[in-house]
Amino acid sequence: MEANYVLKMSNISKEYFGNKVLKDAQLKVKPGEIHALMGENGAGKSTLMNILFGMPVIHSTGGFEGTIEFDGKEVNIDNPQKAMELGIGMVHQEFMLIPGFTVVENIKLGREITNPTIASSLFGPSMEKLDKPAMAADARKALDTIGLNIGEQEMVGGMPVGYMQFIEIAREIDKTGMKLLIFDEPTAVLTETEAQRLLETMQLIASKGIAIVFITHRIDEVIQVTNSMTILRDGYFVDYLETKDTTAAKIAGLMVGREVEKLVDDVEDDSRSIKEDNVMLRLKDYYVDMPGEKVNGVNLEVRRGEILGIGGLAGQGKVGIPNGILGLYKSEGTVEFEGEVIDTTKLGAALMKHIAFVSEDRRGVGLLLEESIQNNITFTAMQIDNKFLKKFGPIRLFDEKAARAHAEDMIKQLDIRCTGPDQYAGRLSGGNQQKVCLARAITMNPKLLIVSEPTRGIDIGAKKLVLELLAKMNREQGMTIIMVSSELNELRSLCDRIAIVSDGKLTGIFPPDASDEEYGMAMSGVKEGGKE
Amino acid sequence: MEKFKKIIDAIGIPRLIVSCFFLAIVITAYVNGIDVKSYFSSTLKYWGMWGVLVLAMVPTIKCGIGPNFGVSLGIVCGLLGTLLSIEFEVMQRVDAILPGFGAWGAFAFAVIVSIVCAWFVGIGYGKVLNLVKGSEMTVTTYIGYSIIYLMCILWFRAPFSSGEIIWPLGGVGVRNSVAMEGSFGYLLTEALGFEIAGIYIPTGIILFVLACCLVVHFYFKSKTGLAIAAVGSNPTFARASGIDVDKMRVKGVAMSTILGAIGIVVYTQAFGYLQAYTAPLSMGFICVASILIGGATTGKASIIHVIIGTFLYQGLIIFTPPVSNHLLAGTDISDTMRQIIQNGVILYALVKTKGGTE
Repeated sequence: MEANYVLKMSNISKEYFGNKVLKDAQLKVKPGEIHALMGENGAGKSTLMNILFGMPVIHSTGGFEGTIEFDGKEVNIDNPQKAMELGIGMVHQEFMLIPGFTVVENIKLGREITNPTIASSLFGPSMEKLDKPAMAADARKALDTIGLNIGEQEMVGGMPVGYMQFIEIAREIDKTGMKLLIFDEPTAVLTETEAQRLLETMQLIASKGIAIVFITHRIDEVIQVTNSMTILRDGYFVDYLETKDTTAAKIAGLMVGREVEKLVDDVEDDSRSIKEDNVMLRLKDYYVDMPGEKVNGVNLEVRRGEILGIGGLAGQGKVGIPNGILGLYKSEGTVEFEGEVIDTTKLGAALMKHIAFVSEDRRGVGLLLEESIQNNITFTAMQIDNKFLKKFGPIRLFDEKAARAHAEDMIKQLDIRCTGPDQYAGRLSGGNQQKVCLARAITMNPKLLIVSEPTRGIDIGAKKLVLELLAKMNREQGMTIIMVSSELNELRSLCDRIAIVSDGKLTGIFPPDASDEEYGMAMSGVKEGGKE
Repeated sequence: MEKFKKIIDAIGIPRLIVSCFFLAIVITAYVNGIDVKSYFSSTLKYWGMWGVLVLAMVPTIKCGIGPNFGVSLGIVCGLLGTLLSIEFEVMQRVDAILPGFGAWGAFAFAVIVSIVCAWFVGIGYGKVLNLVKGSEMTVTTYIGYSIIYLMCILWFRAPFSSGEIIWPLGGVGVRNSVAMEGSFGYLLTEALGFEIAGIYIPTGIILFVLACCLVVHFYFKSKTGLAIAAVGSNPTFARASGIDVDKMRVKGVAMSTILGAIGIVVYTQAFGYLQAYTAPLSMGFICVASILIGGATTGKASIIHVIIGTFLYQGLIIFTPPVSNHLLAGTDISDTMRQIIQNGVILYALVKTKGGTE
């Protein structure tokens, strides 16, 4: 006899426009247990939950394959309303609360308790009067259940983030017949003590028979509170584990582990000599205020001639590091380049020192979409280094001829597939656009090249070309490269050292052949700090 | 069909409709025995009159602010320059030193004073526009209106003393329209002018407008000019290349204001009268409509758009009254037509503007 599950999703497959994001995934949750759903960004966690909730995004893109059983019965959830009726609730990562409403109003919104009035007998139930005392009592009960000691009549606006999270939870458990509650990375925005309280609350809720699906990538929390877990990777179901039978290291390994495919062929001869004390760029106590990618105090040294990888999950701050150096977002702390401090408050200061940057936001930051390839390639070098300018008496004008020659040269060198230097950058495919961005960076003759997510959104063939190009520039021209990427595999195939960032802080620097476990732990913020 | 659509897209709906309409009017005029040649001469003259003013739209469109409805700021600077040139009797003074060059001296003085004045005004105007990113077009429209009325007060009380400027009854202030005959009136229009096949070619003014176009063209080939264009095309890209976005926008606005100032000086000399008070109120709209008819959008513009657009717009205005009077005697449909076309084209362009940056 199979164990009794409140939720059983089997053989779930889903594709978005030909791109398979879930392949035969499964999820089983027992009543009253806390079950962790784990995986890196893009592993398919959100898609799986969207399917469970019958979100319109799933059904407007062709539905999904597989079956969902809830409470032993096969169900067809094709809209969120249905999911709620079944007793599935969700605590969102971004709070869905109305700041100008009181706690009660937020908790009872949409499920108000009402009394009939004269007007309602004439105009229907929308004219019924709110039964405020009954609503307040209900809300109080929910708040007490999770042990939140705040007045139910207080305004939500201005409350600390932690409180809002708990009000969300109170709202969910106030719903009658709640059987399964999903927590979508609930601890991501909380302080440590708040997170601890939340975990305790989750245990409390589970003890009342409500099953919980806990989406997270923090392994320590999973070990602490869950009974079992499902691990996804690249849309595949990897393993179902009982928490008591496993270790943090094993989980970490399963999350990131995959065969390292050779993305870059071994580059002919590696005659570089990288010296530990030959530091090119030094970050000291470095903070960047980039929304969604905050950096909170990083100390990092980049050695001359190396390729340094910066990895970590999305939103953990790895992308913030280069954007701060380039002065695109406010930063604090010191950035020292070749012994000189760069004033990051001055836009272009880093560029002047020949630090080139290829942005992760190719279309938004990296390109002039409505301009020619030629202008895109030459623009920065012209502005910073006065290249491609010809003197006409007292004025200097754009040297179209030199720019064209250079653009044609770059197109040939980087194999940019286009109709010519005059084609608009916006008309190119992702991979070719990325090459244009790289060409623009190379045109500056950089001493240090920072590439951020160089292979995002480009196909596998172009990926290989881009990575090989980076390797070539590093080996042949001795260009120091910092490569920021969410794809650990990519970093491991190219970099000399890989720094992992979690929660805006450095959690370790590893050699490319460090174990999956070590990487997994560092990415989930477990600070054991493996130095190479 | 595909190909046909492509061609229409390349020409642009407003440009296509207005060109067809213009062509139809010219043909109707010819068929009905209206003196096409003399109206064509006027069109050329008016093209010259408006050319620089329409050119003033280019820098603001290039730097991402959109057409400069507030070109009236530049216009009042130009009017001030012209009035000062008359007030100080620059023509007479220069004539005394270099006989025959008085009008040129007066014109140069007016242009230079206008440029200096517009430079300062433009910088302030640009700084204001940096505070209202996203709603520049609304703000420029209101600034354009406000400044005209503010200047009405100033014109009325300005301490001019030249008999050419002040009210005929005496006192101070600028009269409604100041004759330019005693200064540089018709200077460019008549310089090097000649008649060919019954059409008068106002060479001077054409050359002047083309020279201005050339300066703007080369400005946008310089380092600063390219930076301004990049700011308009993608501000975040510009920032990532170390460019101060706000500064470039101010430069673009200042340049537009300067061109507006020069434009009104040119306009005034060709018109023969300086019109103060509310006369320049709707000039901004005419400039915007002209460049849009020429094929520009609120996000992209070039010199060619200025040249074509000004010609089509002015041609239409000059040819419509005689034709409509001929066909529909006793009605005054022409000004209504002008208003419909002018505002319709602006509306069309605004509708086509894709909200914000993509």
